[in-house]
Amino acid sequence: MGTFSDTGLLLLITLIKIAVVVFVLLTSIAYLTWLERKVVAHIQSRWGPYRVGLFGLLQPLADGVKFILKEDIVPDDVDRIVYLLAPFLGLSLALLSIAVIPFGESFTIHGRTVAFQISDLNVGLLFVFAVTSLGVYSVALAGWSSNSKYPLLGGLRSSAQMISYELSMGMAVVGVVMLSGTLSLRGIVNGQAGFFHYHGHNTFIPHWNIFPQLIGFFVYFTSAVADTNRVPFDLPEGESELVGGYHTEYSSMKFAMFFMSEYANMITVSCLATILFFGGWHGPVFGPYALRVLLPVFWFGLKLFGFLFFYIWMRGTLPRFRYDQLMAFGWKFLLPLGILNVLATSFVLAWITS
Amino acid sequence: MVVLFYIFAALAVLAAISVVAQRRPVHSALSLILVLCALAVVYLLLGAEFIAVIQVIVYAGAIMVLFVFVIMLLNAHEETPSERSRMARWLGPPLLVALLVEIVLAIRKQFPAAGTPAAPAVAAGPAAIGHLLFSDYVLPFEVTSILILVAILGAVVLAKKEF
Repeated sequence: MGTFSDTGLLLLITLIKIAVVVFVLLTSIAYLTWLERKVVAHIQSRWGPYRVGLFGLLQPLADGVKFILKEDIVPDDVDRIVYLLAPFLGLSLALLSIAVIPFGESFTIHGRTVAFQISDLNVGLLFVFAVTSLGVYSVALAGWSSNSKYPLLGGLRSSAQMISYELSMGMAVVGVVMLSGTLSLRGIVNGQAGFFHYHGHNTFIPHWNIFPQLIGFFVYFTSAVADTNRVPFDLPEGESELVGGYHTEYSSMKFAMFFMSEYANMITVSCLATILFFGGWHGPVFGPYALRVLLPVFWFGLKLFGFLFFYIWMRGTLPRFRYDQLMAFGWKFLLPLGILNVLATSFVLAWITS
Repeated sequence: MVVLFYIFAALAVLAAISVVAQRRPVHSALSLILVLCALAVVYLLLGAEFIAVIQVIVYAGAIMVLFVFVIMLLNAHEETPSERSRMARWLGPPLLVALLVEIVLAIRKQFPAAGTPAAPAVAAGPAAIGHLLFSDYVLPFEVTSILILVAILGAVVLAKKEF
């Protein structure tokens, strides 16, 4: 590698990181569908996929092949450019927000420190919110460009829901930002190291934001579930009312792309929940250097898995909201609660620091 | 960095032309979103990450969604070219040129010629902007808030016919 300049090496490292992260993310998306089918099946006393491979583990591959081989139908009278753009936009935005997520600390190789993160933006949290807020277009445009009434209604519902719940999601994280004093995701995780102390005594309660920000976490996770259009807030897909929602007119791989972006958004939102409220990669670390480097990543993955499992568990448990209930819940309960949480946090912080 | 600037500046200009050139309102709105995102990248290149991200959240992610919504709900179709007035045809181009010359002159006056050392970068982080907003610019900030509040009340009054 002696011929490489410093910038070239940096570029190479970043490219490798991007390739690894995208590969892991896409594989996780594929196996999240398997996990969901399996868990929901067992909740409902069924077997779920078990024929393709051991425990049905090859099912995502079979699904992928099926999606690629299916006929790709573009209906007449659609707005072609927008119709084709919508699924691409959705998936690329969903994959983009992973760029600022820190998965673990860093390791040193040949005297060079490599962090488990593609890019440590100093406004990382806001970056994720910006990318998520653009995701609305994918849904709204898919519904509109299909030139058909059910997708249009589904798209409108969906985007109205996403805009409404993004507000309370933003409010919910303000408390965490005030506690950490930074918008960098790495900084927020670093602020949660160690344990709480009470009059100089170690309490062995991890210094995670969930404890002072329980209400914030509740508001965040509820709006996150609504923002990703999942049960019990999956009205955009209300089969009984809307056929299939905004993606009714999409087939083959384009349909699959909407689903992939939904699962990618679930992963992003769960990553954020882990980072903001559950201490990110912090956990017991011991052993030799390699283990010290890899254990934080393992803890991060474990917490992330917990959230994803909870998502699926909710889907197997809860019925769907009615649309007016959904809007009333978002605007009249979650948003005021989020604002109250911001006020309370700022008062307590001002009282402590004064 | 300079190459990136030229790419995204060109993208912004092309998309801006596309905003007025498109026949379908949704395509115009989409082009406008592209302009806003390209501008955000330019801010990013200037080292103003916070402004760039806020630009995307507020303009592309909130205000333009409203535009797209209205266009979708009104079901606005392709626009038919109206009867072009003679006066616009003869007066338009000279006025456009005059405007462009004026803008170029104004920009030339504002900025130092190339070669002079660049001004030191100002702190553009969230903390610096927050301090400025709540000290030097507190009056404009509050006036804007009241203006938005009035607009919200107006919208509620207009939307709610009976009380």
